[in-house]
Amino acid sequence: MEFSGKVWRYGDNVDTDVIIPARYLNTANMKELAAHAMEDIDPTFAGKVQQGDIIVAGKNFGCGSSREHAPGALKAAGVACVVAESFARIFYRNAINIGLPLIELGEGEVNIKAGDTLTVDLDRGTAQNLATGEEFVVPALPGFIQEIAQSGGLVNYTRQVLAAREGKK
Amino acid sequence: MARPMTMTEKIFAAHAGLNEVSPGELIRARLDLVLGNDITAPPAITEFEQISAKVFDKDKIALVPDHFTPNKDIKSAEMAKTMREFARKHDITHYFEVGRMGIEHVLLPEQGLVAPGEVIIGADSHTCTYGAVGAFATGVGSTDMACAMATGETWFKVPASIKVELTGRLPRWVSGKDIILYLIGMIGVDGARYQSLEFAGEGVATLTMTDRLTIANMAIEAGAKNGIFPVDAVTERYLSGRVTRAYTPVAADPEAGYVRTVTINLSQLTPVVALPHLPENVRPVHDLEPTPINQVIIGSCTNGRIEDLEQAAAILKGRQVHANVRAIIIPGSQAVYLEAVNLGYVETFVRAGAVVSTPTCGPCLGGHMGILAKGERAVATTNRNFRGRMGHVESEVYLAGPAVAAASAVLGRIAGPEEVK
Repeated sequence: MEFSGKVWRYGDNVDTDVIIPARYLNTANMKELAAHAMEDIDPTFAGKVQQGDIIVAGKNFGCGSSREHAPGALKAAGVACVVAESFARIFYRNAINIGLPLIELGEGEVNIKAGDTLTVDLDRGTAQNLATGEEFVVPALPGFIQEIAQSGGLVNYTRQVLAAREGKK
Repeated sequence: MARPMTMTEKIFAAHAGLNEVSPGELIRARLDLVLGNDITAPPAITEFEQISAKVFDKDKIALVPDHFTPNKDIKSAEMAKTMREFARKHDITHYFEVGRMGIEHVLLPEQGLVAPGEVIIGADSHTCTYGAVGAFATGVGSTDMACAMATGETWFKVPASIKVELTGRLPRWVSGKDIILYLIGMIGVDGARYQSLEFAGEGVATLTMTDRLTIANMAIEAGAKNGIFPVDAVTERYLSGRVTRAYTPVAADPEAGYVRTVTINLSQLTPVVALPHLPENVRPVHDLEPTPINQVIIGSCTNGRIEDLEQAAAILKGRQVHANVRAIIIPGSQAVYLEAVNLGYVETFVRAGAVVSTPTCGPCLGGHMGILAKGERAVATTNRNFRGRMGHVESEVYLAGPAVAAASAVLGRIAGPEEVK
């Protein structure tokens, strides 16, 4: 999987309440929710984000609620991938389950700025900031999580598990 | 002989059919309970219907309409309806309709639906509350909930554990909320990210079940996967008459491995508040400059139990809520509400000029029943003070225990309980 997109840059502890505020959660329609994504920290985001753009943030991205609406709204807004120093665990799990790629670069200053263009090759495990030429190694996902990703998300993976169970009966 | 294990590792090993597990290992574990609410269950139901025609066990799913109920608008009514119809179609045993419900994490322990040694997932981040009774419990998303309802199992990465050693005994007016806020202030909102918080030490025995539920509830605010307490006489007393099925408590091995030990002397704690906009911005309440407030919320899955209301009633009895403050009190369940009526707390609250609401998560997440306007400031016993959490993006939430919240309601500014004369 390979993609290239413009960077939206945010800081540490971007929580699920700012990714998608609860006041909009009386619907689970991700397209509707995408129109409000990030609005409490960045009112310009939803209006300007382009298909294929990439969010780059600091540590603990996605802390807070279990709402899958958070990665769902980002995906529906066109975000191709989120790069962060670290992710909160429920957000990480939800993103894998719905097929939103995440790249965890580890703690430390990530030299990527708003407006830079980032190219990512998930198969080779590399990313490059075209603005600076700097290359990053994308850590490989554990085998079992790759299986979920390759199945196209947890729903497809679970269908396979259930089919295998039926087969054994 | 298996390697020495923490409580979480032992529970995972038992539910994965393994002799032992180690931190970092990916396992599949069977589930004792799967939870969802009116926000997270509807998308889970949509996905479930793509996977399976029947649920794995109608007795092991709990569905609680608590976030936007009684419904605040047509859209939320439609979501609650989706969940209600699903519950009927699949004959879900533990569906709790408005009028018989409560805030999920107050309701489930109260109803005896969680027990020591069990594995519970819920599509709500505060599902970690059930660690208070010695269960492994954690929050997940709607897709996880959907797949779990179909299969009765899910995948986990075994977390490393942090040992939180409690010593001493809490002074008057200091409660579980102050302990967990103090801990989050110490280690930060990602201090336990991907890890388990395992509470231990002689101080545990001095804590009520309400204190433990409040502490485990907010493990997620330190980034933890779960928080878990040992099972002792306090636990057994609480479970007696509630849990009638067999359960298997586990205890940590003395040689179990922890990535870190944090010690808290309960005797030295004072009432604290977490300043906007992160639960880690913790200060002793006495160190704050005079801070006027507009609203107080006492309730939520964190502090909506009868002991929480008892603390608030002790301060509000015979006093008046400050003229500039709206005080909103929300019992965590119908049972808590009824007990508060019988004990006279509700009369105390109403006479003091507070509002008493039916159980709901409403204001905690900025849903309904107490939304803040631009520039307004609240003291809340809820669990998060993120930007815009309770309303306008330029409003502020200060987190505190019920004693500080009630004292603040009386004095119209953030105040410690002993300041109320």
